[in-house]
Amino acid sequence: MDIFASPTIRAYSRAAGIIAAGAGIGCILFFLLLPTLIVLPMSLSETDYIEFPPQGLTLKWYSAYFNDPDWMAATWFSLKIALATTATATVTGTMAALGIVRGSLPFRSTLQALALGPMIVPHIILGVALYLAFAPLRLTGSFFGFLVAHTVLAVPYVIITVTASLQRFDPTLELAALNCGANRLQAFFLVVLPNIVPGVAAAAVFAFLASFDEATVAFFISDIGGKTIGRKMFEDIDFNLTPVIAAVSTVLVATSLLLMGTVHLLNARKPHS
Amino acid sequence: MKRSLATLSSSLSLRRSSSARFYSLTASLALVMPLLAALMAGFLYPVARLVALSFSGGTLSHYRRIFAEPLHLDVLFSTIEVAFVVTVASLLLGFPVAYLMARLSKGLAMVVAACVFIPLWTSVLIRSYAWVVLLQRNGVINKLLIDTGATEGPLKLIYTQGAVILAMTHVLMPFMILPIYSALRALPPDYVRAARNLGAGPIRAFVAVTLPLSLPGVFAGSVMCFVLALGFYITPALVGGPGSMLMATLIGQQTTVLLDWPFAAALSTVLLAVTLLFVLLFRRTLSLSKGLNSVY
Repeated sequence: MDIFASPTIRAYSRAAGIIAAGAGIGCILFFLLLPTLIVLPMSLSETDYIEFPPQGLTLKWYSAYFNDPDWMAATWFSLKIALATTATATVTGTMAALGIVRGSLPFRSTLQALALGPMIVPHIILGVALYLAFAPLRLTGSFFGFLVAHTVLAVPYVIITVTASLQRFDPTLELAALNCGANRLQAFFLVVLPNIVPGVAAAAVFAFLASFDEATVAFFISDIGGKTIGRKMFEDIDFNLTPVIAAVSTVLVATSLLLMGTVHLLNARKPHS
Repeated sequence: MKRSLATLSSSLSLRRSSSARFYSLTASLALVMPLLAALMAGFLYPVARLVALSFSGGTLSHYRRIFAEPLHLDVLFSTIEVAFVVTVASLLLGFPVAYLMARLSKGLAMVVAACVFIPLWTSVLIRSYAWVVLLQRNGVINKLLIDTGATEGPLKLIYTQGAVILAMTHVLMPFMILPIYSALRALPPDYVRAARNLGAGPIRAFVAVTLPLSLPGVFAGSVMCFVLALGFYITPALVGGPGSMLMATLIGQQTTVLLDWPFAAALSTVLLAVTLLFVLLFRRTLSLSKGLNSVY
């Protein structure tokens, strides 16, 4: 009666189960990759509207992107802000991570929760709040306004990454340096920093991408004069859906993948110990 | 000599036992000061102003409006519902991926990991744009359905609640997969082997050993997904329609179309309160930085 007792049938049903599970997971992985993969072919289509599969093969949407003053202005504005944000977020975040992990502060966990706050609080709320705070100070659409906003948004990534590297680094090495006569700054720059530098570099990449990809807050604190690429894309997807967006997206995806590939290599190469 | 070594080692172990907090209070304060200044200017002060604006006029009139009109309450409940559905969908789809990633040999696991990390590194804006293209009236999916004869005419896929759930699940799935993966990776394979040796079948071993031990990762990932989903703006704004309004899109509409800032501030305060409530409720199970650590 029990057909599953037969060894052949059991082996077959086991194989069928593995194939079904593999196919299911394959579908999930395809679902994960599909939206990223689709932007490249669409950016090469000759038609003026979004077409899939793409008709013909052309690079005209890339030249349209690179020759459009609006897109270029938004790209440069975003790049400037992202680079400045990388510097401020990496420095303030690394300092704070040191203070939180190695310092003797009261309310350490409160401080840490506060530093991660901008990641948890919905970005739409931060966008509205920052607009309300910045508009009277004429900081909307300004470099400085974006720098403050994006630094706050990028700092949690830096704190998480640097805290993790600090926890992996043996603090007795720093004590040894101090015992051997180094002062705090020497001990930091000669012993601590070289050991956590892969983490700090990864943190810098995260900070750059957090700023460069950010669109919700940028939606609120941009204005006609100062607009980031995220804000410009958001507008165009809503009102003006052309293959230029696919070209811009492809450039951005390639940049992100390149930067994150670098992080991966940095993490794979263990610091000498 | 022996004595000095003993004192040195005891002083070292003493300092280590206090988890190496060896910066003085002044130095530590100086280290966190720039961060506190930035948070004050770009986070705490603006959010405090927003909350203050929601009480403008010295009354609760804006809040009364939220709770008096069923439409606004519906949006609040549907936001929580969508966040819940997205979290469950991410868990159901993400768990097998995390399990496979933890079980495969190193090379194959890298391939699966790439499938998880590549979307994570693609900006949310681009992924939402791709979903617009895929789900459009004459989009890829509709074309495929018509070509294969599954439907006669194009289906209305985009600007629906389903589209919002699909795209949000896509965006948030890596936040579910990675904490579960790190929990499964931390699980010694001996435990499962021991269960099998004691006579448990593969399913029994999974349910009795693997699943319970992966729960910290499941909780961390679920809370991350849920909290992020509550406040999502870009994806619902681009793929959702008027019938699938969420709190974030309602706030966006109040500010950009209706220019009712005090009311938008009240809605924001409610959304903030709901988000913080969930974070506080699950703080114990969450260990937020643990969930985030495995993602970044």
